[in-house]
Amino acid sequence: MSAPVNLYTKLAAGVPEHLLLVETEDLRPYECDGLSAYRQVPLLVALPETIEQVQHVLRTCNELRVPVVARGAGTGLSGGALPLAEGVLLSLAKFNRVLDIDPVNRTARVQPGVRNLAISQAVSDLGLYYAPDPSSQIACTIGGNVAENAGGVHCLKYGLTVHNIQSIELVTMTGERLTIGSQALDSAGFDLLALLTGSEGLLGVIVEVTVKLLPKPQVAQVVMAAFDRVDTAGAAVGRIIAEGIIPGGLEMMDQGCIQAAEDYLHAGYPTGAAAILLCELDGTAEEVAEQMEQVQALLRDAGATELRVSRNEQERLLFWAGRKAAFPAVGRLSPDYYCMDGTIPRKELPRVLNGIEALSQEFGLRVLNVFHAGDGNLHPLILFDANREGQLHAAEELGGRILELCVEVGGAITGEHGVGMEKINQMCVQFRREEIVQFHALKAAFDPHGLLNPGKAVPTLNRCAEYGAMRVSRGELRFPELERF
Amino acid sequence: MHDQDLSAALAEAVVDAAAAGRRLRIEGGGSKAFYGRQAEGEPLAVGAHRGIVSYEPTELVLTARAGTPLADIDAALAAQGQMLGFEPPGFGPGATLGGTVACGFSGPRRPYAGSARDFVLGVRLLNGRGENLRFGGEVMKNVAGYDVSRLQVGALGCLGVLLDVSLKVLPRPQAELTLVQDVTLAGAAIERLNRWAGQPLPLSASAWDDGRLYLRLSGAGSAVRAAATSLGGEVLAEDAAAAYWQGLREHTHAFFAGDAPLWRFSVTPAAAPLDLPGATLIEWGGAQRWWRGEAEPAALFALARAAGGHASRFRGGDRGGEVFQPLAPALAALHTGLKASFDPRGVFNPGRLYAGL
Repeated sequence: MSAPVNLYTKLAAGVPEHLLLVETEDLRPYECDGLSAYRQVPLLVALPETIEQVQHVLRTCNELRVPVVARGAGTGLSGGALPLAEGVLLSLAKFNRVLDIDPVNRTARVQPGVRNLAISQAVSDLGLYYAPDPSSQIACTIGGNVAENAGGVHCLKYGLTVHNIQSIELVTMTGERLTIGSQALDSAGFDLLALLTGSEGLLGVIVEVTVKLLPKPQVAQVVMAAFDRVDTAGAAVGRIIAEGIIPGGLEMMDQGCIQAAEDYLHAGYPTGAAAILLCELDGTAEEVAEQMEQVQALLRDAGATELRVSRNEQERLLFWAGRKAAFPAVGRLSPDYYCMDGTIPRKELPRVLNGIEALSQEFGLRVLNVFHAGDGNLHPLILFDANREGQLHAAEELGGRILELCVEVGGAITGEHGVGMEKINQMCVQFRREEIVQFHALKAAFDPHGLLNPGKAVPTLNRCAEYGAMRVSRGELRFPELERF
Repeated sequence: MHDQDLSAALAEAVVDAAAAGRRLRIEGGGSKAFYGRQAEGEPLAVGAHRGIVSYEPTELVLTARAGTPLADIDAALAAQGQMLGFEPPGFGPGATLGGTVACGFSGPRRPYAGSARDFVLGVRLLNGRGENLRFGGEVMKNVAGYDVSRLQVGALGCLGVLLDVSLKVLPRPQAELTLVQDVTLAGAAIERLNRWAGQPLPLSASAWDDGRLYLRLSGAGSAVRAAATSLGGEVLAEDAAAAYWQGLREHTHAFFAGDAPLWRFSVTPAAAPLDLPGATLIEWGGAQRWWRGEAEPAALFALARAAGGHASRFRGGDRGGEVFQPLAPALAALHTGLKASFDPRGVFNPGRLYAGL
C-alpha cells in the first residue's frame, strides 16, 4: 500500500474499506480512459455507493489537500479521467440506478453511472427517448456525458447534453450537496446548469442527473448521396439547410472512410465517390415524406452522382451501420488511429480538408475524415503505428496542428470530446491570456484550492508560455511577459 | 443610427469606473428597465454599440453587437426565411439583443424549440477589469473551456457587459396553424398539454387562458394539417393567430393589463393548478404561469418551490425587495464567488438580480 496512512484512515472513517482500492493490481484498470496513450496509476481508488460517501471523500480530500479525479465509464477520448499519481480517483461506477421515470413531465432521474443507452431503453415502452447519442452510448455514462457536454449525430436538430438535461445534484470539493437547475424549464439565479455542463469534472462531482425525454419520432428515413467532389458535398449540405430543412442527422464521409467502411461492412457504399452524405429525416410520416422529396431534388440539383433512399428500417440501419462502424473499420487499416474532434464553420470545409491533406503529407501519416456535416464537427482519424519509433508523437503533433487549423478558420478545438489532457496546449491557441485567467478565477469560486481534476481542461499560464515558445502563433509570441523554462 | 463598434470606449469606461470605485448600471434600449430589482450606479449606455457583425444563413449562425435592435435582427433573418428559435419578447421598440440575452427572455416557442440560452453559441464581453473576453464561438458544438457564454443568459449583466453575441438561428416553419379548444378547467388543460407533449406532434406554442386552449402547430404543411385533424378544435384565421401569439409574447394581451404586480411562475409542466386567487394564464405546455395580484412574496416563492420551480415578480411592486426566488445559502455563496471572479469590485448592476450581488 502506497497511500498515506492518514488519508486512508480518514477516508475509511466514512467509506467501507472494501470500497477503497490501494493495491497496484486493483489500481491498474483505472490508469487510463479512452485515450490510452496517457496512463497514470492513481494513489487510491474510491468506489462510493452513497452520496454521503462521496461527500465524505471530497471533504476529506479537501482537508488534506489531496487532488481528486472523478470517473464514469472511462470512455472519454481526451484523457479527462486520467488519474494523478498523488490523487484519489473517485469512481461513480456504483451509482448505476434509474431512480425515477416521470412519463407525464417527460423526465428521468438517474444516477450518474447509468449508461446513456440504458436511459432510452428504460423509457422506450413509453414512446420516449433521451436524444443525445454519442457513438460510445452503449458504454458511456450520463455523469460523464454531462461533464463533457457530449453530443452525437443528432445534435443539429436535438442539441447537446446541455439542451437535454433539467437538473443535477452536485457535490462540491468542500463536500456540500447542491441542486443545480430545477424541475421547471429554468431556475432562479445564474445558469449554473449550463456552466457545469462540459466543465470536465473541475467544478464539482455530479451525483444525480434529471434528463429530459422526447417523444420518439414516428418515422425516420435516410438518403445516401454520392458526390465526385468533397466541396460539392459540402455545398449540398448548405442547400438543404437554406431550404429550411433541419435533418435529424447529416453526416459526411470522405473517400478513405467510405472504402474502409465498405470493406468492413458491405453497406453498399459507392466506393468510387469522393464523399458521401447520409441525410436522415425524422418526424411524422407526412413530414418525412414531404421533406424527403425536397431533399432528393436538392441533392440531385447540387450535383449528387447517385442517390439511394432507405426503403425500410433494416435498410436505414444498414446505411448507418457503415458510418457508425467507421472507427473500427479504420482500425483494420492501421495498428493505431488517433481521433480528433475539431469544429469549423461548414463553409470552410474545403479549405480545412485541403489543409489536413497537406499536413498529412508533411507528417507522412494518412488521415481519413468523418464529419458531422450538419453541425460542422470534424473527426479526422490519423493512422499510425505506436510500435514505430516516433509515430505516436508525430500523430499527436499532427492532431494538434489540425486543431489549430480549425481555430484559424473560426472554429474550435473540440466539439464534443472535451479538452482533458489531450488538447491542453491547443487551449493556449483558442484562448488569450485574460480568458484563461478568467477561467481560473471561475474555478476558484467552486474549488479554491484547485483540487478537482487539476491540470486538465484549462492550462496554466506557464504551460501556455512553454507551448508558445515552441510555436509562434499568428506571427506574434503569445504570453511574451512570462518567463520560459 | 449607424453601426459602430464601441468596445474600446466601453472598456475604458469600465476601467475608469473600477479605478474610481464607481458602479455602473448597464443600459441598452431601456425596454426592460422594469425587470429585476432596482440597480444602483451610473448609467453605462451600450445601445450605440450596434450592428450585425456576421450572418451566414446556411450556417444558421448570426453574430451581432449587443446594442443591435431586436427588430433589425428579426428583419435580417426574415429576409432569409429564418428566425430566432426562442421567439423572444421585445417589450418595446427599443429592445436590443444584449438586453434580451441578459434577461434571458424566451417567448411562446420556448418549450418546443429551446430557450434563449439554448441558442447562444458565443459571447464577447467586458469583465469588471474592463478586459475584452471572448467565449464560445460561431459553431454549433464547442466544448473548449467553461461555458461562460450561456452563463451570461439571464445573469442581468451582473457578470459583465455583453459586447456581442453569436446565436444559432432556425428556418421559419414551412406552415403554421393555430387551433382553439374550449377547456373550462386549468387542470384539464394542463393534462392535455402534457399528454400531447409526450407524442410526436409538431406543437410550437400553447396557452390556456380564460377557458380557452390555444395550440400552435409548425412544420411541414402535411404534418401540420394531419396534426390539426387529430387534435381537433377551431382553426384561427392567420392574422388573428399571429395577433394572439404576438399579444401573449409582448404582454399586450388583456390579461396583462392593469397595475397589480405581475408574477411569473416557472414550474414542473404537469404541476396542478397553483392555489392562487383569481385568473392564471398558463403557457409553455404548463411550465410557465402568469398571475397578477398582491401577495406576500414568501408565500408565492413557497408555492413555486412546491410546484418544482421558482417564482419572480416580473413587473411592478417593490423593486427594493426580493424580486427573484431566494437561493439556498450554499448556492447564494456560489453566486457571490462567481460574481467576484468576473467583477471583483462589484462594478456591474449592483443589486439588480439579488441584494448584495
